[in-house]
Amino acid sequence: MTTILPRKDAVIVGLGWTGAILAHELTEAGLDVVAIERGPWRDTATDFNIGYAQDELRYGIRRDLFLQPVVEAMTMRNNTSQTALPMRDYGSFLPGNGVGGAGVHWNGHTWRFWDSDFQIADHLRDRYGAARIQDLQLQNWGVTGAEMEKSFDRLEYLAGISGKAGNINGLIQEGGNPFEDPRSRDYPLPPLQMTYAPTLFAQVTKSLNLHPFPTPAANLSKDYINPLGIAMGQCTMCGFCERFGCANYSKSSAQTTILPVLMKKKNFEVRTESEVLHVDLDASKKHARGVTYVNTSGEEFFQPADIVLLCAYGLHNVRLMMLSGIGQIYDPNTGEGTVGRNYCYQTNAGAQVFFDDKNFNPFVAAGALGQTVDDFNGDAFDHGPLDFVGGAGINCIPSNGRPIQTRPTPPGTPRWGSDWKKATVKSYKSTLGFSSQGSSYPTRGNYLDLDPTYTDRFGRPLLRFTFDFPDNDIRMSNWVSDRMEEIAKAFGGKQYTNTRRKKGWDSVPYQSTHNTGGAIMGTDPKTSAVNKYLQSWDVANVFVIGASAFAHNAGKNPTGTVGALAFHAADAIRQQYLRNPGQPLVSA
Amino acid sequence: METHCLKRPTRRQFLSSVAFTILAGGAAPVMARSISGRLPWEARSADPPVQVKPGGWLFFTLEEAQTMEAVADRLVPADDLSLGGKDAGCVLYLDRQLVGSYGTSSRLYTKGPFMPGLPTQGYQASDTPAQRYRAGIAALNAFTRETKGGKRFAELAPADQDAVLKDLEAGKITLPNKVDAKSFFNLMLANVMEGFFADPIYGGNKDMASWKMLGFPGARYDYRDHVSKHNQPYPLPPVSIAGSTEWMTR
Repeated sequence: MTTILPRKDAVIVGLGWTGAILAHELTEAGLDVVAIERGPWRDTATDFNIGYAQDELRYGIRRDLFLQPVVEAMTMRNNTSQTALPMRDYGSFLPGNGVGGAGVHWNGHTWRFWDSDFQIADHLRDRYGAARIQDLQLQNWGVTGAEMEKSFDRLEYLAGISGKAGNINGLIQEGGNPFEDPRSRDYPLPPLQMTYAPTLFAQVTKSLNLHPFPTPAANLSKDYINPLGIAMGQCTMCGFCERFGCANYSKSSAQTTILPVLMKKKNFEVRTESEVLHVDLDASKKHARGVTYVNTSGEEFFQPADIVLLCAYGLHNVRLMMLSGIGQIYDPNTGEGTVGRNYCYQTNAGAQVFFDDKNFNPFVAAGALGQTVDDFNGDAFDHGPLDFVGGAGINCIPSNGRPIQTRPTPPGTPRWGSDWKKATVKSYKSTLGFSSQGSSYPTRGNYLDLDPTYTDRFGRPLLRFTFDFPDNDIRMSNWVSDRMEEIAKAFGGKQYTNTRRKKGWDSVPYQSTHNTGGAIMGTDPKTSAVNKYLQSWDVANVFVIGASAFAHNAGKNPTGTVGALAFHAADAIRQQYLRNPGQPLVSA
Repeated sequence: METHCLKRPTRRQFLSSVAFTILAGGAAPVMARSISGRLPWEARSADPPVQVKPGGWLFFTLEEAQTMEAVADRLVPADDLSLGGKDAGCVLYLDRQLVGSYGTSSRLYTKGPFMPGLPTQGYQASDTPAQRYRAGIAALNAFTRETKGGKRFAELAPADQDAVLKDLEAGKITLPNKVDAKSFFNLMLANVMEGFFADPIYGGNKDMASWKMLGFPGARYDYRDHVSKHNQPYPLPPVSIAGSTEWMTR
């Protein structure tokens, strides 16, 4: 039996970064808003408790804060000739769970995608010709970098990002990223104090005529009070960032930047431990009536609402659309359908340099404390003579020295016994790592849909991945690995490794929780699921907010752009949609 | 205004609730709740870890425990760098893990059908870690009894134990009862290392032996004084979540 609840102006699915931003914006506009969150309520003092937050086994290995596969798993295969099987444990990527979402346990790298990303198809076609990108399903996002600037700025000031501008209104700034788009002002906080490894990385890459700069970080370099009046504390470089909640109020998240204000509003409510099963559409399938959800006691509810905002993790947004019949599911054979289209990931590789005479104190670290080189990222360099498009940021961001997982040893070291132990002790403090975070460009054959065999605890089909690294991206990553090899040699260490990305995406070893696409934004309802304001082309009172909207993934962490898109959509709802509710903001 | 807000159930309340066990995923499930008009916070609602105490095996039989202690002592041998895996408590750690959510795979996706997968698809068998240890240790001892003059693994000389472990690691041994040698070795290696390097609160890493060995300061949580001291050794000894031995003796 389903209990029908009183109507709300807006229902939000998921209370992480995007849900909290949208909830704040819409309640400011006077709307009565309810958020429905599958996981538990979480607050810093209780759940990221400073008495035991620094527990690698519990949070890093057993992943207490993450989505557990028993709650929702996903299936994967590398191509359509294989049978997808469930990832019985998450490995390659780790979705979040609970209030704050993945924004609780992220590292805090906060990037802006570039105008050459938002207009990628036009940009690359104009510069290199259509033939260069014919194997890729690259599409414009429907917005420009200039259009997004204000939203990036709002996110960065909300979150108190520590960094150094590289380009303020067209003027290149010494010490920042010279390849970034113009920004209207500097970051709200100066860069974090550098540890030894990134300091050395900056020296070495400068000597190679590259342009290192401090990675923009949501780990706060100073105490900060954000525009909502919420106070945050200086990061202590504890080395327990990614996979952990921050006990110091020093890592930006919904908890540290929005919830203290949002939760006190009378026109906001959150219901936790309540999983939305689907969005309910009316008979026309063009209007959403609300959502149906079930709580931990197994009680089912229907929550009617005028606006439905899907603000879950991008992958969950896509699956909810499929389970609800919003739009048509993508078919790689015909290229028709939009939901599930352009799933992208991240194309990463890594290098390590082993020294005899250095002590990097790897445990003195923060999630985003480091240096980045963007000389080979995106289209910052001329691809004219090359056989690929895209690029990678090269990052020296040693985020921790937690010893269950972080124990580098030189190649050839046994995995156990006395020799293993000697090598482990020798290398623990004296190894410097850096990595490439590469772009991931869409192809016709990489997509998401519903699995025909495996179901969740409610009997609903699991999301199915069909994904492998495209040849273009492998060529890109290899070329960037060549550059990394030059950097690794220039360090002058005793020995180095340079591990290259190969085809055959493996779902087991952790790689990146940067899953993008599946409900992409764009200019054409035939090739995108949502318009430039993240409004569903098919159901006008549904907005789908998250990295699900990315038409491709750049060589950058997605959260900065996800947050900016949330503000961008919120502005469109407040300033345009509410004047003509139920109407498309862009005519198809 | 809070419409209803129930406290976290105790473990016992949780286990006695059938409705919960159908739906709950994590180790510390909470009731569905509605929160509005205030930032909720409740005293004593945090969920700290419980110190593992030695004394008796909860999962292993005596013979299994002896086998695993022998294995742990070869994977992490006692030498001038640290004590060995057995004395570090790696098997105590493992024993307690195997009776918890890890041992029973209660957080994992365990619905069928179970089909052999590709390496990129990860572990696809239905056996839990607890079941794999039960079968794996029995198979290992059956193998050594058969090939090493009737001796159990723990009764072999250290050099012979090393040789068996190397062959397991390389998949050169065929264990009885279809136990996959390589995969069982990798499971033991991963878990022994977890026990050796995890916070001592979980039963291993006795006296923070592995942290002292590496120079990892543990749960200190504030290194602002040391950030700019590049290439200089960190001066303080490690602390555990439970504190430090120095504190306790004062």
